[in-house]
Amino acid sequence: MSDDLLVAENVKKYFPVTQGILLKHEVGSVKAVDDVSFTVKRGETLGIVGESGCGKSTLARCLMRLLEPTGGKILFDGREITTLSRSEMRPLRREMMMVFQDPYASLNGRKRVGYIVGEPLIVHGIGTDSERKRRVQELLEIVGLNPEHYNRFPHEFSGGQRQRIGIARALAVNPKLIVCDEPVSALDVSVQAQILNLLKDLQGEFGLTYVFIAHDLNVVRHISNRVMVMYLGKVQEVAGGEDLYKHPRHPYTGALLSAVPIPDPELGRRRQAIVLEGDVPSPINPPSACRFHPRCPRFHEGVCDVEEPLLRSFGHGHEAACHFPLERWPMTAEEVRNTRETVAR
Amino acid sequence: MFPFLVRRILWAIALFLATTVITYLIFFIIPADPAALACGKACTPADVARVKHSLGLDLPVYQQYWNYLVRLLHGNLGTSFVNRQSVNHIIGSTAPVTASLVFGGAIFWLLLSIPLGVYSALHPRSVGDRAGMTFVLFGISAHPVWIGLILSYIFGYVLRNFVIHTPIAGYCEAISPPFGSSCGGPVQWAYHLILPWTTFMVLFAALYVRLVRANVMETLTEDFVRTARAKGAGESRVMVQHVLRNSLLPVVTILGMDIGLALGGAIFTESIFGLPGLGRRVLTAYNQNDLPVILGVVVFATVAVIIFNLVVDMLYAVIDPRIRLA
Amino acid sequence: MTAILQVSDLKTSFRTDDGIVKAVDGVSFSVDKGQTLGIVGESGSGKSVTSLTIMGLNDKRAATSSGSVVLDGTEILGVSASQLQEIRGTRMAMIFQDPMTSLNPVKSIGWQLAEAVLVHNDVTKKAARDRATELLEQVGIPNSERRVDDYPHQFSGGMRQRVMIAMALINNPDVLIADEPTTALDVTTQAQILLLMKRLQDEYNMAIIMITHDLGVIAEVADDVVVMYGGKVVEQASVGELFDRPQHPYTWGLLGSLPRLDSRADRLEQIPGQPPSLLRPPTGCAFHPRCEFVFDRCRSEVPPLIDFGGANHLHRCLLGDGMRQEIWAKKKAAMKVEAA
Repeated sequence: MSDDLLVAENVKKYFPVTQGILLKHEVGSVKAVDDVSFTVKRGETLGIVGESGCGKSTLARCLMRLLEPTGGKILFDGREITTLSRSEMRPLRREMMMVFQDPYASLNGRKRVGYIVGEPLIVHGIGTDSERKRRVQELLEIVGLNPEHYNRFPHEFSGGQRQRIGIARALAVNPKLIVCDEPVSALDVSVQAQILNLLKDLQGEFGLTYVFIAHDLNVVRHISNRVMVMYLGKVQEVAGGEDLYKHPRHPYTGALLSAVPIPDPELGRRRQAIVLEGDVPSPINPPSACRFHPRCPRFHEGVCDVEEPLLRSFGHGHEAACHFPLERWPMTAEEVRNTRETVAR
Repeated sequence: MFPFLVRRILWAIALFLATTVITYLIFFIIPADPAALACGKACTPADVARVKHSLGLDLPVYQQYWNYLVRLLHGNLGTSFVNRQSVNHIIGSTAPVTASLVFGGAIFWLLLSIPLGVYSALHPRSVGDRAGMTFVLFGISAHPVWIGLILSYIFGYVLRNFVIHTPIAGYCEAISPPFGSSCGGPVQWAYHLILPWTTFMVLFAALYVRLVRANVMETLTEDFVRTARAKGAGESRVMVQHVLRNSLLPVVTILGMDIGLALGGAIFTESIFGLPGLGRRVLTAYNQNDLPVILGVVVFATVAVIIFNLVVDMLYAVIDPRIRLA
Repeated sequence: MTAILQVSDLKTSFRTDDGIVKAVDGVSFSVDKGQTLGIVGESGSGKSVTSLTIMGLNDKRAATSSGSVVLDGTEILGVSASQLQEIRGTRMAMIFQDPMTSLNPVKSIGWQLAEAVLVHNDVTKKAARDRATELLEQVGIPNSERRVDDYPHQFSGGMRQRVMIAMALINNPDVLIADEPTTALDVTTQAQILLLMKRLQDEYNMAIIMITHDLGVIAEVADDVVVMYGGKVVEQASVGELFDRPQHPYTWGLLGSLPRLDSRADRLEQIPGQPPSLLRPPTGCAFHPRCEFVFDRCRSEVPPLIDFGGANHLHRCLLGDGMRQEIWAKKKAAMKVEAA
């Protein structure tokens, strides 16, 4: 049994943009996910971080085959699952479950909690009615809810509790992999901590593997073993442990890190920030070559807008796709200034 | 916008063909012989056969339909089986009556429902609001025939010596009344239409009060209304520029559809008040199996609905910049 | 420096179908010109209702407010609608959380900006429009001449928030209330917007009230901080004091539950339970059901605001001073924050 639980190779997901009066023809495509590759080892957590439009949620759905990838391969537990039929995928769906962002929209308000958590068991034909009930109550307890609330409806719970219900549902069939799509973004800070701690505990207890998607670098760092940074559908940087935070190589990662507010008035105001100009461009018409070049403080004309940078290794599994990676971190004030001046626009 | 329009027009044509085919086919399933009806009781089978031939009824169905389609493309709706009148003429003389009823009624129902709906939305659960909702319930439940009869009774009979004696039947031409008609001119025209307008509009007013109330209530909670207040805009400005502008948008679409539908024949109202409009005329044609007239009205109604829907779509694109500048 | 805005014992309750909700229960603070006051709290803390009450934007049918709000020496709580309309948008302005829904979708942003001018000033439409274009440039929207005629849906989220800021500042207000202005934005966009607000604050010498749930944002922009919980102020201090020597268990919980880039902690501190119901608030201290250090008095007594060490640092905790410093020292160590 290999160490790699989930492997993505050159995954692409394009959404066609059509035009036409009667017969619509494709005039372009939204390249939501454009050639993304990564590996997730058994028992570890891969954090995928990026801002809106980077493709992380689309990627998550492709991994789960909730969306069909336009290209590339996905391997789960050594087996290629990209082109499996629905019936072939079915038994595999027990092993990969998902937790969603919106605790209000992801639970069916008309069903009781007991049913919601137990539905995966029903779908996969596991256990008798009484066995399922026992299992559901067990799960409710595992996630820190009162098993006696079996018969309550979602609206009787708070946001954090509903997220726990979603997690219980994901655990019901003992999956190997759980893909968490921004599971704490919609929660208050104090509740967020509860859920993050819970997820970590569960991982230890049940040997789970997580793919954790978030836009908050703090949160991702806290729970991930390795972190992948995405921008406009492409992977910009990937690193393990503290590497990404101690020494980011890609300027976008640097900008993300310096944009994250630090809850320390002195530190926060002292550090040198790379503040990006402009907005994230539309994924329909992404910039040529390096997607980040129009906003990059280290942009070099003739290179960054002509040749697409490939992922380059910096040792210890740290990779970044940049022609002019950051040399040191944190940057001194001098370097930030110089960086801006190098911009040959 | 252009591809959008072209697509809508193509759909309209397809819809038109489908409607006429279906009407044509249904007619042929009805077991009655228009030739015999047209000929009269005194006809012999030979006479009937001759009438049949002259009306073109002995040709195969698809041939009849094809002839019909060709004539239609030339703007000719055919001639009535019953009285050999040109259907174009028949429609031409009845449509304005229905149009007077429908457009007039629409203006009145909007004049009633918008202020009432806005008031209800601004004062929910007040006495006025509850009165309004009761009116809505009444308007939706009461049948136009019943309303028409009640109104006729009260205003045409009971109050005839106390209030203005509103007429309870008949129609007057507003412009150039034909020679020999008992009344004419715009005043008489409106006078004779007061009760019909009231009857016709009750149902729609009720529906629109509910619609306007719901839309306004929802828009009042929108964030941009709060922003307008935070800017220091007065309530009247907030209502007119921000609330109404947004909440009445959907009313435009629905209004277009309703008018288009109603133009097809406000049958009940026309019958009660003896208005010689499309609705009444098509009823007569049904009873006489007068296919060309029936088809003519169907064609007219279909075209009316299609045109109004198109107009509404385009209007929406003009009023809502999100659609105009997509 | 005299405060430009002084709020005293502000209370707001709502009549709902289920009963009376005391959303704001005795809140007092002040802001000086050129300073930023941060109000931090989670959902249900009353922070948003506080700002809406100051602006007079609550639904009059359902909300009752009491207390005092003094703007530049004049009492504005409870004044007539027309007086309120004069103040809003001119002396005091507000921006909201969701820039997507905060702009009228069927009017151009130039029209909406000009409206802010025309409602308060007797100028020509052209003058108002020119002012609108000027503000768009100030908030960093490129091609302002052309974009002033565009509609909200043609702008991105960050741009729309800039438009909101432009609209708020167009009449040079003394006070800007920002209710979670960057919560709905990406983190890099948030950085841009916060920088913009700081720049404009310096230029206009404006007081800003920044409402947020993000302690990181507070640390970055606030001069003074008010922590709210269950409709009350539970701690109030300068930003340095708050982060250095927090005195209330809720503040400890908030600080400890933040995942931070500079911390080596494995587990986050978590505050058990969830925010209190405002319909049936807990007796005594509102935080006691979730507090690690609860003792008998907490359940029955509502702790008053106590001054800590005379450093203008207020809090509502009944624990003894010494005890609190000990607890905080331990918690701080547990957070394992790395030295810079």
